[in-house]
Amino acid sequence: MTREQMRKIESGIALTLSTLAAFVGLFWLFFILGDVLVHGMKALNPGLFINDPAPPGVEGGGLRNAFVGQLLITLCATLMGVPVGVLGGTFIAEYARGRKIARIISVLSDIMVSVPSIVIGTFIYAILVKPVGHFNGWSGAVALAIIMIPVVLRTTEDMLSLVSWTLREAAFALGAPYYKVIMQVVYRGAATGILTGILLSIARVAGETAPLLFTSFNNAFFTLNMKQPMSSLTVTIFQYAMGPYDNWHTQAWAAAFVITIFILLVTILGRLIIRWRYR
Amino acid sequence: MPGMIEIEVKDLNFYYSGSLRALNKINLSVHKSAVTALIGPSGCGKTTLLRCFNRLHDLYPKNRYEGEILFQGENILSGVTDLINLRSRIGMVFQKPTPFPMSIFDNIAYGLKLRGIKKRSDLSERVERALKHAALWDEAKDKLNASAYDLSGGQQQRLVIARALAVNPEVLLFDEPTSALDPISAAKIEELMEMLKKEITIIIVTHNMQQAARISDYTALMYLGELIEFGDTDTIFVNPQNKLTEEYITGRFG
Repeated sequence: MTREQMRKIESGIALTLSTLAAFVGLFWLFFILGDVLVHGMKALNPGLFINDPAPPGVEGGGLRNAFVGQLLITLCATLMGVPVGVLGGTFIAEYARGRKIARIISVLSDIMVSVPSIVIGTFIYAILVKPVGHFNGWSGAVALAIIMIPVVLRTTEDMLSLVSWTLREAAFALGAPYYKVIMQVVYRGAATGILTGILLSIARVAGETAPLLFTSFNNAFFTLNMKQPMSSLTVTIFQYAMGPYDNWHTQAWAAAFVITIFILLVTILGRLIIRWRYR
Repeated sequence: MPGMIEIEVKDLNFYYSGSLRALNKINLSVHKSAVTALIGPSGCGKTTLLRCFNRLHDLYPKNRYEGEILFQGENILSGVTDLINLRSRIGMVFQKPTPFPMSIFDNIAYGLKLRGIKKRSDLSERVERALKHAALWDEAKDKLNASAYDLSGGQQQRLVIARALAVNPEVLLFDEPTSALDPISAAKIEELMEMLKKEITIIIVTHNMQQAARISDYTALMYLGELIEFGDTDTIFVNPQNKLTEEYITGRFG
């Protein structure tokens, strides 16, 4: 066998293996997505969104409390996490650029991204739930915010460092002070990238369950009071899926469907923004 | 009026962060309302010198100046110089066009807004004047609200010049302004400089010897961080005093 034939065979083996691996990955992905879609669609009905849960074992009822709770917790987490993340990223990419502190924060953020979310949940439990004496919505929002911060911070840093230095110098050369250069020139140049990072971080925390189990926990009743335990879709899925009643299982599927679609839409929006920007 | 000294450089040394000395005992007089060209091989310090005039080096920590640069008699290297004010009087145009990610109008208005001009009518008037000044008005007047990135490279460079002109600078620094442009766009920029020098003092760094010969009134040759020869352009190109100058402009080194 010539060397050329050998190479062709090796190339063929590598191609087959990697294609196979891709299909194995995709198979499970579509299996899960398809399962959620099929079961979820069947379980969807308007009552799900306008009714609160029926007592355990009783048919009917909805998940209004969980939908609203999820939105409220995610919104508050975004309002807390995004400013900290964006400003932190600005600090390390601009003011502390090239200094040791920037590298330290950057590396710590990377570590934070991979910290299991349940660890963050228990940490918040210790500082915001235990002292108060009961689960509450705020603690859930803070836990999610903490998960968001490093994601947003690192994206902001990366996006800001993509803006060319000559552009900043040009603004400085017109006599602009640094904060105006950042706010008016650099942020504009990096806006779509940062926005995408924010959207992806929202998608990331919207699917978190573990940090909410220890913090906002669950509430069978509708509430807008963030000081009270608050229901969320993910925790509801967890509890209903483990519960003994069939209609709980159905509603868990519906909740899984809605949250999957939400995350899918946010992610697609993020991708669209990237494509629109770099068309 | 030509002949008057706008900027005088006295025994200027410059060090990049650490101890690397990039400029060595530079002495140079920049004449008012004239074009002064800085030429020399790559790495000779001409851009470094140019960026001393608006103190752009201050953006990076640990850069250090020694000596004096007198701008209209005032030492701009002293600690009391207000950089924001200095940079509005000494504008700069870079090698690659640097339009900001905003509309054509907002690009020009940027420097004006920095100086507290906010009234829409004032802004419109001065944006128009600056664009006419930079010979871009006819091409841009119908798309003032379009993104500055929609302009061609040459137009972007004129936009950037208009942006610098909008704040009425007394000096304009050009750092190889045409090296990223096609010959026709480059010719337009040269024409523009010719016109501007009546009112504005121009200092230009260029690698293009013909360009220096064409547009400048005075030329300085730099080599390894030192000023080798400085004089009016005709003398430098026709009758250089220094052997290095002669070799450089005849293309024997560099």
